[in-house]
Amino acid sequence: MTGAQNKKSFQREQVVEIINSVIGKVRGPETASREIICRELTGLKETIENLRHQLHFAAPADIGQTHIPNATDELDAVVGMTEQATGTIMDACECVLAGMEGADEALAQKTEAEIVRIYEACTFQDITGQRIAKVVKTLKTIDEKVTSLLEALNGTLATNLHEKGDASGGKDGTSLLNGPALPGQAVTQEDIDRLLANL
Amino acid sequence: MTIVPETINVLIVDDYKTMLRVIRNLLAQIGFKNVDEASDGQMALQMMKQKKYDLVISDWNMEPMTGLDLLKTVRNDIKANTPFIMVTAESKTENVITAKQAGVNNYIVKPFSAETLKTKISSVLGAF
Repeated sequence: MTGAQNKKSFQREQVVEIINSVIGKVRGPETASREIICRELTGLKETIENLRHQLHFAAPADIGQTHIPNATDELDAVVGMTEQATGTIMDACECVLAGMEGADEALAQKTEAEIVRIYEACTFQDITGQRIAKVVKTLKTIDEKVTSLLEALNGTLATNLHEKGDASGGKDGTSLLNGPALPGQAVTQEDIDRLLANL
Repeated sequence: MTIVPETINVLIVDDYKTMLRVIRNLLAQIGFKNVDEASDGQMALQMMKQKKYDLVISDWNMEPMTGLDLLKTVRNDIKANTPFIMVTAESKTENVITAKQAGVNNYIVKPFSAETLKTKISSVLGAF
């Protein structure tokens, strides 16, 4: 254990010791209020222990190790693809404008005006990119807070990473839903055509 | 005062390649052909030390140097009074006030139209 982990573990033990001590002190010549306090403190201790137990089996480490990295990868892919698409749109616009040289003046003016509207609309990519960056930052903050909380409650984080589906088949439609693949991980149309041909 | 856009040297600063391209193309449509690009504040400062620009159009939200930091450095450290227009998604009043206090000449909020860009440039450099 590291120094920080030792300190947190010691603090946790101190809290449990204090609670046990209070429970011990209020047990004695009974008054209604002492019984109530005793009951409440016992309930509080049980609640804390239940919470730790539930968190242990909730696979909290998956949040930082799988779910948040997956989410940020997907968002990065969104930014990348919208940038690529915007570039393609602008390539086409520049090509159209170049083709207007020597064209009828009225047509050229009208075309230019519409091209300008397309350029203006393309600023969406910048704004969506900034919004997505804010979401990624929020996700990272959530990850830090959850990790910190879990470390305070439990020295080690449980993982519950498991295989999707099983070798014997029996997958339903929902379990097969993965969404679009990330860049560099996608199967091409040629790969699929080849697979279908071989089935 | 009137200007001739073809003679004006413009520096555009943005960390999004798409925005640099959009602004360049819009500037070209309204007559500004001498346009250089910088993808961050440091690069912009280096370019401004090597070439005289008549106008800087900069984004705010960049790292590590924001557009506001760039503006302050231009005004305070290199003491240039180059006309500076902020083009940004930051639209709160306090942003506009802060930029104005730092010496910005005009402020455009994204998304913007070519007409807005033209109007703001005119108000800073003169009619064209």
